[in-house]
Amino acid sequence: MTVEDVEVFRARVRDWMAVNLPRKRDSQPSVRPDDPSEQRQQKAQLLQRMLFDGGFGGICYPREYGGQGLTPEHQRAFNEEGEAYELPEGLNIPTMTIIAPTLLEFGTPEQLHRWLPPILRGDAVWVQFLSEPTGGSDLAGLLTRAERSEDGFVVNGSKVWSTMAYAADYALCLARTNWDVPKHRGLTMLAMKVHQPGVTINRIRNVTGSTGDFCEEFFDDVRVPADDVLGEVDDGWTVASRLLFHERQAVGGASPFAVGRGMNETSSETRLDLTLLAASVDRLGSDYVRQIVAEAHALHIVSGQLVQRVRTGMRTGQFPAPAGSLPRLMAARVNVRCADIGLEIAGAAAGAWTEMQHLGGEYGHAYLARQSVELAGGSTEMQRNMISERLLGMPREFAPDRNIPFREVKNNQSRRSAS
Amino acid sequence: MHLEATPEQQFLLESMSKFLDAEASPQKLRELYDDSIALDPEYWRRGAELGWISMLVPEQWGGGTLSGRHLPDLMLLAEAFGRSAAPGPLTPCNVVAYAVSQAGSTSQREAILQGLTSGETIATWCLAGTSGRWSPNSVSINASETSDGFRLDGIACYVEAASQADWLLVTARATDGLIQFLVPGSAPGLTIQPMTSVDIVRRFGQVSFAGAVVPVSAVLGDPGDATDLVERQLQLAAIIQCAEANGCAGRVFEFTLKYMFDRYSFGRPLASYQALKHRFADMKLWLECCYATADAAAEAFERGDADAPELVSVAKSYIGDHSVPLIQECVQMHGGMGVTWEHDIHLYLRRALVNRALFGTPEQHREMIAGLLSETVASR
Repeated sequence: MTVEDVEVFRARVRDWMAVNLPRKRDSQPSVRPDDPSEQRQQKAQLLQRMLFDGGFGGICYPREYGGQGLTPEHQRAFNEEGEAYELPEGLNIPTMTIIAPTLLEFGTPEQLHRWLPPILRGDAVWVQFLSEPTGGSDLAGLLTRAERSEDGFVVNGSKVWSTMAYAADYALCLARTNWDVPKHRGLTMLAMKVHQPGVTINRIRNVTGSTGDFCEEFFDDVRVPADDVLGEVDDGWTVASRLLFHERQAVGGASPFAVGRGMNETSSETRLDLTLLAASVDRLGSDYVRQIVAEAHALHIVSGQLVQRVRTGMRTGQFPAPAGSLPRLMAARVNVRCADIGLEIAGAAAGAWTEMQHLGGEYGHAYLARQSVELAGGSTEMQRNMISERLLGMPREFAPDRNIPFREVKNNQSRRSAS
Repeated sequence: MHLEATPEQQFLLESMSKFLDAEASPQKLRELYDDSIALDPEYWRRGAELGWISMLVPEQWGGGTLSGRHLPDLMLLAEAFGRSAAPGPLTPCNVVAYAVSQAGSTSQREAILQGLTSGETIATWCLAGTSGRWSPNSVSINASETSDGFRLDGIACYVEAASQADWLLVTARATDGLIQFLVPGSAPGLTIQPMTSVDIVRRFGQVSFAGAVVPVSAVLGDPGDATDLVERQLQLAAIIQCAEANGCAGRVFEFTLKYMFDRYSFGRPLASYQALKHRFADMKLWLECCYATADAAAEAFERGDADAPELVSVAKSYIGDHSVPLIQECVQMHGGMGVTWEHDIHLYLRRALVNRALFGTPEQHREMIAGLLSETVASR
């Protein structure tokens, strides 16, 4: 079957959107930040259902699993046409851009028939169970254990930094199945039902004081059927590596699977925020403020241009996969610089404000969480390791845990119990 | 690094790089340092044969490119120039060739383009005054109408290759806006005072017009306000400067990275130190951003997009802010050798510094961006 011409597709998208999709409210982000996350997610699921019913669900996913069997160019055309409309952007991370591409790479046909159609219909939301309280960057050093039972595995341990796990249906959970081999070789990726006996989920309160989307989970004898192992037993690191690749792509804004705006692509509205802030505190006449407002604006634009470049380089094969760390690092650096600039422009109002000065206050408040973008989805230190080692070929860091059985490796738990 | 170069462009790049490696080697650049002209006519003519000044000129006037992609080809060339910190007035010759191609009369095209594209003649552009501001608002030469032409008064500064130029494109202020003239370098009433530059082979001059009289036939294009064309010339010049600065930064980054593997201290290669690895990761990020933003600006310019002025200012400010510091980081990586005359790194630092300073500093381009943002906010 020949693939539909992109411009023909675009015209079809344009007509369909005009009739079927709600428009974004003027001068407002598609969802107000004060919308509760769960409501936001339900709305995204409804929008995803509309896309699916209209024949636009999972544009780059195979038709046999409910997708459209088209290309990233079609997805891009769709996103360009969709600028003015509400889209299920809230499902991008992690379900659409991280989990589903990984499932597609490792799932058996049986698994994909079971898992992908509900995702593309907007019925199922997935989450990642990766980081643990004992370590985030050293993912392969995780301690959650999965032990074989009659019909599958029994899981014990805990995970953290999973986004909106409380509202998810399934999780990809990386657990240790073999302690007698080096750390990368004893892991298995499990598809775990989130709401089942033995799983306890807590929402983590953010530095800003709000209860955010991050969760922690505790597993007490949680059962996972053998059919729900993704990839091979003890070869979960291979799966996790691809999951992390898709995560870097997604967080850096370079995922070809993203519906609507990727994470690193700011709208022209967002880019005006600091100018509006400067205007609100009457400082647009200051040469200094004009300089830093323009700097922030330029950084946002360059960040988007880098995403395009890396996307192109990966398509033409001139950039290897670890190049996904570049947009990821850029997004973090820009975020930090812009948080600093926001704080600077807001002036005194960043420290204390009345209702009148709330805009300045928002920047003071947001500044508290400045580092979160440097940490989420792999810290910038890890990204810099990735760039220098995998992209530039510089020597890898010394690691004493690489070639010994994992049970002999020192970790934060064994060190605590020894002292 | 070019992600979507066609086979023709690959060929173009290879032949240009080969020529520049041989004819603009670091050794040759050092030899030219004390030369007040620093440009061998034969070198320039041979370069022109490779198409250096042809890319923005239509084929009927002696121009054209192998790949048929005008500005992208020029970007490749400018980057190759930067990778060698090569001699020659690449930016002004191409800007004048562009302006004459776009707006020149038939006789102007005939008089000028053939010589420029073949490398027989050199042209440059007089725009900025001593204030060093590049914008249509800061033109400091005045043109007053006389009975049979115009009289020019004022000073243009930072004029590349002013002493060698056969033709000067002079942007001047008239009563009803900007006007541009094509003036022979030998015209009476103009004097050229050589300037000193940090660039090892680029030469600049200050051009003073004291009642220079030019005929009506010297006016570029139709009478009327030339501001739009001047804006585009400025954008084009900035884009070429950006590509060249990227070439400097890219070359320095590559040989410095290689040095990290060759140089040992405390029994291990410098490349194995995480403190240095992370700095290279940051530099790699800046470099890729520099390439990305220069390409985006060039594409917007070539397409005539409404946001081209904004994207050019984004690129010129970002690249100015990052190319020079990147090279300084690499100087640091070289240790003491990095601050010697003997090491090549200063050749590139010089070029990148000059390109940062001319055609609008990062500060000036940020002010441009701030102006656009203020307008957007005020219009709401």
